[in-house]
Amino acid sequence: MTVLLLHLAVLALLAGLQFVVPPFQHSLLVRLMILAAYAAGYNVLLGYAGLMSLGHALFFATGMYATGLTIFYLHAGAPLAFVIGVAASLSLTAVFGVLALRATGVAFLIVTMMFAQVGYLVAIYFNQITGGDQGLVLAGRVPPIHLSGLLLPLDDPAVRYNAALAVLAVALLLNLWLTRTPAGRVLRALRGDEERVKLLGYNTFHYRLLALVLSGGISGMAGSAYALLFSYVGASFVSTLYSIYPLVSTLLGGVGTTLGPLVGASFMTYVVDIASSVTPGYLIVLGVTLVTVIRWAPDGILGRVRARWVRWLP
Amino acid sequence: MGAMAAVGPLLRTMALSRTFGGLEAVHAVDFRLDHGEIRGLIGPNGAGKTTLVSLICGRISPTSGSVLFRGRNITHLPSYERAGLGIAYTFQSVRIFKSLTLFENVAVSAQRPLLARMRDHVRLDGRVLAQGVDAALAAVGLEGRGSDLAGTLPYGHQRLVEIAMAIASGPELLILDEPTQGLAPDEVDGLSALLRRLAGTLTILLIEHNMPVVLDLARRITVMDRGRILAEGSPREIEANPDVRRVYLGV
Repeated sequence: MTVLLLHLAVLALLAGLQFVVPPFQHSLLVRLMILAAYAAGYNVLLGYAGLMSLGHALFFATGMYATGLTIFYLHAGAPLAFVIGVAASLSLTAVFGVLALRATGVAFLIVTMMFAQVGYLVAIYFNQITGGDQGLVLAGRVPPIHLSGLLLPLDDPAVRYNAALAVLAVALLLNLWLTRTPAGRVLRALRGDEERVKLLGYNTFHYRLLALVLSGGISGMAGSAYALLFSYVGASFVSTLYSIYPLVSTLLGGVGTTLGPLVGASFMTYVVDIASSVTPGYLIVLGVTLVTVIRWAPDGILGRVRARWVRWLP
Repeated sequence: MGAMAAVGPLLRTMALSRTFGGLEAVHAVDFRLDHGEIRGLIGPNGAGKTTLVSLICGRISPTSGSVLFRGRNITHLPSYERAGLGIAYTFQSVRIFKSLTLFENVAVSAQRPLLARMRDHVRLDGRVLAQGVDAALAAVGLEGRGSDLAGTLPYGHQRLVEIAMAIASGPELLILDEPTQGLAPDEVDGLSALLRRLAGTLTILLIEHNMPVVLDLARRITVMDRGRILAEGSPREIEANPDVRRVYLGV
């Protein structure tokens, strides 16, 4: 109960923030919330099943492109395009998982990286459709959403903010829900010792696949929302950088903690934002900060908080 | 099952062999284990004891031969399906989930028989699960410690958690690979008492170097040497067997 209240309080805090924060910060927060949702998806795989991926940009971008292309070419509305984005990333992850989950550990990491690279090259190669490096601008092509009499244009700052918040809420609550289920318990054990879990009677392949599909689906949902809220899709989102973002956010915030990815993503976003306003070498600042935090908290910020102070933190 | 299974042995291996490169770790072993017994499995280091039980629980697959459990050929079943049939295994080195609480450690095992349908993976009756977990923790003397982190326990207690995990799924056959290793003398006594209590409800195959423990617990003892079964019999027969005394007791 306390745990659920904590998560709801965090979401309520983010909801309240839109009335306090100056309007020019809204876009930054929208990006932050989407990247946090993406990292929360990543955390399902790394934090619970213990599998490290360097190719999650593939799942993020699958959601993004499926949504973007549906809007650009088929003139679909936002809700349908969003559903198609999530469905596409779920299906792609399932197929990918059946192939890639024969490997674990470093081999899995490399396989994910290769698949994501293939995704990047596909996006570049079919540039007549995808727009390649230039990408596709969706601005003006997304009709407003009708929601029980309300007309919600996706370029309205308040609509964007709350849509991003809703996506983050879904990602976080799915994470939390997963920790509470028997399947989630198997996944957390899997992270510790796969052979042991097998000898306790579980077909571990099925559980790793479940974690991967859920992880890819949440990442794809974030990608789809990104396309809708920033009215843009492009090949840069399949680049390795976008596979590293959720990895670093999760490591920094706390692997296997439900709120860790949000903390990590906020930390990264604001360090980059503040540092880049001071110096063009902001990546050095980010790097030094990351090293410092990891030295202090090898399990990430919330991992440290959990170990030292708040043992019940999920 | 029923009458047929009760008559035959619980477990049988037939000409079971496993080679690693040129080494015959287990060679044509015919082994049988009856319902409800505590069997000691002893032998010098490298005799093939751990390899034999690994073949039985499915951690590794045999080069040739077969394994029958309750009359059913399980030679080609993966380890997780064998566990589902009721074969539980505890490792020689402690293999528990150190970052999880004791409750969670035991619950991973206790919930498995309860996951009959897909939707059980999402929702289980918490009270039924907690009962199973508490019973297993109480059986090993760790009642009330469910919220402790497993990794923070002393080694002897971690061994007990491993055993609680093994019994929590309600197995028919419990395979213990040197459970007293690294325990203090009073902990060994506690463990012996626990195994004697458990023996009423399940069958135990016990690999053990601590001879007083084996002689005390087991009704029958199997001695392995260089991948083969050297002798089998009551503790008294084994102690008197000249071959055993030569290779194992070093007399």
